Amino acid sequence: MKDGFLFASAFLASAVEMVEALTIVLAAGVTRGWRSALLGLGAAVVALTAIVAVLGPALTMIPISALRLVVGALLLAFGMQWLRKAILRASGFVGMHDEDAIYARELEEARAAGHEERAGIDWYGFTLSFKGVLLEGLEVAFIVITFGSAQGNIALAALAAGVALVLVTIVGVLVRAPLARVPENTLKFAVGVMLTTFGIFWSAEGAGVHWPGGDAALPGALAFVILVSLAAVAAFRRRRLAPSPA
Amino acid sequence: MKHVAAFGRFWWNFIVGDDWRAAAGILASIGVTAALVALGWNAWWFLPAATAVVLWLSLLRATRQRA
Repeated sequence: MKDGFLFASAFLASAVEMVEALTIVLAAGVTRGWRSALLGLGAAVVALTAIVAVLGPALTMIPISALRLVVGALLLAFGMQWLRKAILRASGFVGMHDEDAIYARELEEARAAGHEERAGIDWYGFTLSFKGVLLEGLEVAFIVITFGSAQGNIALAALAAGVALVLVTIVGVLVRAPLARVPENTLKFAVGVMLTTFGIFWSAEGAGVHWPGGDAALPGALAFVILVSLAAVAAFRRRRLAPSPA
Repeated sequence: MKHVAAFGRFWWNFIVGDDWRAAAGILASIGVTAALVALGWNAWWFLPAATAVVLWLSLLRATRQRA
């Protein structure tokens, strides 16, 4: 069951980040040429693979309780950021993430940038694609390494990220447009909930807590986080719509 | 030096984000959980409850700033 949660969390988080990376690569490819954009993408994938390959095995050498404490704390802080943003979006305090609008902005910026060619590569297109994929990919690498190491199954987390990569790439090639129809805000909410749940679960275990029922407590923790999040969305939406005192 | 600072800033934004108080609250909550365990209480309930409180306070701060 825990493996199922691990796979789902790593897959969803990776898919969301990859949809964002795809938008940037598309903007770079359309405006600056596909060769530079794809070279930037390839260089970023190599860098990310190296990070996972070096850090993954290194983390497995740390004792599991210490690892879960550190990884759990990191995931909880990181996951709460996602959840906080998702709740603020869902309650209307922050604008929804709009992949079409981001694509339009990236296109405009890429078209306006000057042309500088080195070794037959458009430098702006390469850098835009490389930076976009690297930064979005670092979040994927972080999730794969933390989830995988704390669960003792980096391969499964990496597999989930790989499946997400293949899926987003296939859809991206077929559609050749930003994946604006992907319910990204809902996915981000779900990922925030999952990261926070795993963060709570592992950091508490790392602190020495024994969960009632062991791993079976994980769905209970998940239900609690979902409940708190939905209550927060409802409460803060009411707060936004309430007339301000004169 | 500039690159080191940029690297540090990247990780700070990545993990902590725009509300450092929430991250500090989480760290303090984990510390309290460890202390309760050390005192002999299996305080499994503490961290979920503390997380909910920290999240709620962080949302209150964010919505006050945007109101």
